[in-house]
Amino acid sequence: MLSGANRSNLWLRIRRNWQLYVLLALPLIWLIVFRYAPMYGAQIAFRQYSPAFGMEGSPWVGLANFERFFNSPKFEPVIINTLVLSFYSLIAGFPIPIILALSLNQVKARFFRSSVQMITYAPHFISTVVIVGMLFQFLHPRVGLTASLANLLGLNAPNWMGDPGAFRHIFVWSGVWQETGFSAIIYLAVLSTIDPALHEAAVVDGASRLQRIRYIDIPGLLPTAMVLLVLSTGRVLEISFEKVYLMQSPLNLAVSEVINTYVYKVGLLSPILDFSYSTAIGLLKGIVGLILVIAVNHAARRLTDNSVW
Amino acid sequence: MASMKSYESNINRVNESYVDRIFLMSNTSLLVIVTLIILLPLIFIVSASFSSAEAVIAGRVTLWPVDFSLLGYETIFEHKKVWNGFANSLFYTFFGTIFNVAMTIIAAYPLSRQDLIGRRVITFAFIFTMLFSGGLIPTYMVVRELGLLNTRWAMILPTGIGPFNLLITITFFRTTIPPELIEAARIDGASDFRTFRSVILPLARPIIAVLTLFYAVNTHWNTYFQALIYLKDQDLFPLQIVLREILIQNSIDASMLIDVEDLVAREGLRDLLKFSLIVVASLPVMIIYPFVQRHFVKGMMIGSVK
Repeated sequence: MLSGANRSNLWLRIRRNWQLYVLLALPLIWLIVFRYAPMYGAQIAFRQYSPAFGMEGSPWVGLANFERFFNSPKFEPVIINTLVLSFYSLIAGFPIPIILALSLNQVKARFFRSSVQMITYAPHFISTVVIVGMLFQFLHPRVGLTASLANLLGLNAPNWMGDPGAFRHIFVWSGVWQETGFSAIIYLAVLSTIDPALHEAAVVDGASRLQRIRYIDIPGLLPTAMVLLVLSTGRVLEISFEKVYLMQSPLNLAVSEVINTYVYKVGLLSPILDFSYSTAIGLLKGIVGLILVIAVNHAARRLTDNSVW
Repeated sequence: MASMKSYESNINRVNESYVDRIFLMSNTSLLVIVTLIILLPLIFIVSASFSSAEAVIAGRVTLWPVDFSLLGYETIFEHKKVWNGFANSLFYTFFGTIFNVAMTIIAAYPLSRQDLIGRRVITFAFIFTMLFSGGLIPTYMVVRELGLLNTRWAMILPTGIGPFNLLITITFFRTTIPPELIEAARIDGASDFRTFRSVILPLARPIIAVLTLFYAVNTHWNTYFQALIYLKDQDLFPLQIVLREILIQNSIDASMLIDVEDLVAREGLRDLLKFSLIVVASLPVMIIYPFVQRHFVKGMMIGSVK
């Protein structure tokens, strides 16, 4: 009896809100077509896809495409490049916005503070193509600023963009240059929520500014910092395709080929397009990435009581 | 805010100690250095773009224009491809953003209603796409099956709803619209459609501003990936693809440089053109950004509440 009443109650609530479901219909159709249909289509990773047979008609090949990737000479460098670039970006890019936020938080002069904020946010709004274009011009061995400065000092201008050894440093530090200001926003927001009474008490006790940063501000930022770190650690396999691809040249391919660029080239750029192989590599990346996010989030919850969900 | 003020004034009343004054001075110097590091490359690019081709190629430009000239800008101005790209980007950004914002709002409002059966499952279905996707090729195949390849639709439809943007919109509705308001509208006899149109939408203006900026800048104006995989036809290329050809792949229409006789000067013009192009391409966003940055900051804040 009770469950019957519940069920009719449920129906009543659904029927009462039918107009809300109508609003949701279009977004749901979009979600299914453009996000979940591709997940279904990812089954071609386990088939030998050929356009003649179509997605569901191509023969099953089990894990052959995955094995091919594991045995390919590309496997090791692509994975290593992805991880090195990711962790380098993470290590360089994580602490600097925190330092900037702590430092900005000490500034009382309105104008100075907002000017620094305005200028440091700005590069975030420059497109990736323009940023990489700027790098090429800026570090150009003949027309770049580095060249002009070298000329002034009577030195030979370095050709950093053509130097494979410099690729990782340029990639990471130009990213730091572009995103530090914008990433600091969130920490500034958290700092503004710290109870002023804590600072007042510390001042009364004679704490210096540095001590107040050390014992009040930094502990206040820690939970947010942990959550953000978790999020980025879960995404180590996802290197911005856009930037790496633009910075690639035949010279630096040995250090600049990452999973995302390799998937693109195998799938859409090579003379013999291999949809199945490319999908398999992409799927592998997706699954490992998913496991990473869940694992890291789990670890964070146990360590700090802060988790993303 | 009031407590913030009293805290500031209390601090002001306390004389800064010697150690603190040293600290504040080094702190200010640090910030000045950081700001200069951000600014110098930008100043260099702008200076070079206003210099003469000869000065550029001789590497004589540092932080001030050398032999002031507008030649780079004049050359771009006649470059049809660039303007075509500009027009296409405006088109994609305008219609794409309208589509994104509309879809996000109509998805977020029902999902923010506590009384909607199934909202948890559906919200999770959206969030899950942030963690896992079918991948490049399967998505490409869907777009191809739908016949969208090499059409303007391919630049708009697949972008749809960004999960992060959906999340901040749901959070916004949940925190700013009291359930009593919706209940009151219902008692007054308004249907959900009517409530959505007359009560919710007017209240949603701040989040619409945030979404418009996020989608316009991050999803459309500044990206090239979609265009790279879905478009073949030159006439459909957005600005970023044209920029890539000129800035990165160094393919500059030779007819653009034909007026210049001297080979060296022609080479110089090629580089001068790039500097000017970087400035022109960044200008629209750079001009509006100071006025709208607070919306970006607001969006980041709502996002951090979650």
